[in-house]
Amino acid sequence: MMRLDRVSKIYRVGAFGARKLPAVCDVSFDVRGGEVVSLIGESGSGKSTIGKMILRLISITSGKIWFNDMDISTLKGNALKEYYRRVQGVFQDPFGSYNPIFKADRIFQIVRREFYPHIPQADWDEKVERTLTSVGLNPQQVLNKFPHQLSGGQLQRFLIARALLLDIEFLVADEIISMLDASTRIDVLNLLADLKARGLSILFITHDLSLGYYISERAVILYCGRIMEMGRTESVFSNPIHPYTQLLMDSVPRLDQKWAKTVRSVEDGDKAHLAGCVYYPRCSKGTPECTKAIPPLVEVAPDHWVACHRW
Amino acid sequence: MTLQVENLTLYYQTLRGDARALEDATFKMADGEIMGVAGESGCGKTTLGHGIVLLKPPMKFVRGRVVLDGEELPIWDMERMREYRFRKISIIPQYAMNALNPIRKIGTMIGEVVRSRGIDYGAILPELKRRLDLVGLSHDVLKMYPIELSGGMKQRVVLVLSTLLNPSVLIADEITSALDVSTQKAVMEMLVEFRDRGFVKSIMVITHDISILYQVADSIMVMYAGQLSEKGPTEVIIHRPRHPYTKMLIGSLPKVGVRYAETRLSGIPGSPPVLLDPPPGCRFQDRCPVAFEKCRDVPPFLEIEPGHFVACWREY
Repeated sequence: MMRLDRVSKIYRVGAFGARKLPAVCDVSFDVRGGEVVSLIGESGSGKSTIGKMILRLISITSGKIWFNDMDISTLKGNALKEYYRRVQGVFQDPFGSYNPIFKADRIFQIVRREFYPHIPQADWDEKVERTLTSVGLNPQQVLNKFPHQLSGGQLQRFLIARALLLDIEFLVADEIISMLDASTRIDVLNLLADLKARGLSILFITHDLSLGYYISERAVILYCGRIMEMGRTESVFSNPIHPYTQLLMDSVPRLDQKWAKTVRSVEDGDKAHLAGCVYYPRCSKGTPECTKAIPPLVEVAPDHWVACHRW
Repeated sequence: MTLQVENLTLYYQTLRGDARALEDATFKMADGEIMGVAGESGCGKTTLGHGIVLLKPPMKFVRGRVVLDGEELPIWDMERMREYRFRKISIIPQYAMNALNPIRKIGTMIGEVVRSRGIDYGAILPELKRRLDLVGLSHDVLKMYPIELSGGMKQRVVLVLSTLLNPSVLIADEITSALDVSTQKAVMEMLVEFRDRGFVKSIMVITHDISILYQVADSIMVMYAGQLSEKGPTEVIIHRPRHPYTKMLIGSLPKVGVRYAETRLSGIPGSPPVLLDPPPGCRFQDRCPVAFEKCRDVPPFLEIEPGHFVACWREY
């Protein structure tokens, strides 16, 4: 469905773009039809950059992204519009996604103007109401309101409904529930699960491991723009092999067990651009060998991939 | 008792009237206690933390008493509080990363702060360096600008700075919400270590994430829409909560090991009341599955077993 093939994004920073900042390096994975893949990483790991590249919001430095065997970087004009009809994104800040001057349901009118100008208004209104009901909102309560009159959870569902008005097959959900309250976030998560059951593929970008585990079939763990470990969610979570994944699993605050007393690992300033493994400066198991070459992603068990010299 | 709060009521002045952000908060913090304050956004947890340290407009003092180490704090008086702030009671604000002056080197800024309290920077420097070692920062950060540090490093700098004068109470407001899990764990453990070493007597950890509190807090206080719902020892609140809101809140948290395919969690239907004109009585009544007529009166925050306080008519 959506396949990333050695995708990299290098930003040029500093005066005249003299310095290169690799945000994403050689990332390859795929999302199959009707599957939820969670992309897990800390801030600055490049997870949002990947989402934006899939949505064509930023360009790709090298590599290719294939959507149903179509190279998305070549899409232009009508073909790109067709792509957006099938691939949409929802982002972290529901309040920032709206223009506060206009009513919130203006986003639906824009979709109609751009994609469905031939549908009569009455049919369209009915379609909007049906879609709002399907994301768990009561149309009478939420239509004709300004963004500040709606809660974060309602606004976020609005955005999902906007995506559903199109014939989408793939949704990029970038931290969509991190700004919602604990009591309402689980409902939005359940909504995603329902959409998946209807055949939608979802790339679920998050830094919260328990959310990733709750919803996804497969997980991809990113660190400094590189994939550290990926595979079926159960294998990655119950049998983490990469030292970074192990550290993450040990650090997740749980309600059923307390943190183990382990050696504390904190990042120490600039993540230097080493020749070898990017995780080496923080790794507890690293040896000088690790600085020599970048570890390749190898399959250690069926559908369980790890990039570590020392697994 | 390090900190004693009685009937603390704080409102926000708005053009449409007062927003009743905190209503009659009464609780105690023991010496050496790490108390977690949990709740959703708009429940008044940040108002509580800030009100005790820096009560500035539009926040308005309505009534109540705050006693620190046996001495009443003049929290309604910005000027008189100056004596207590930073020395006796200190805060790590929500966006601690933005608490550092971007155009000063970290060392210069810390120097300015301690000199403003009449303390010689040179005299305190050895202690400052010792504490930087404790949180795993090199002394070079003193010569760096905030922009050169990552979020987690800035958070640790602010932790060291705000506890430099060994205050009695430290208020840590959402200090880990912008950090990833491994840094989160490290920062929380440092907080505990600072308490264990006696740099601070008691800590109030304000967060929306109950699972973090379970790891480090001695007691947890749950708030809802400006009212205290429940307070008790951590184990009791997590495993035997009595207030319906606490029960539903804990039940709605996804845990590692829970998949929607096997266990489908559910949220709390409805949304919190508008604090400009909240309904009389218990503010959770509209979303509460066990509400009855009595809930139109405000439930008192009563001790139902030693150290376990609940504000719910169903539980007395």
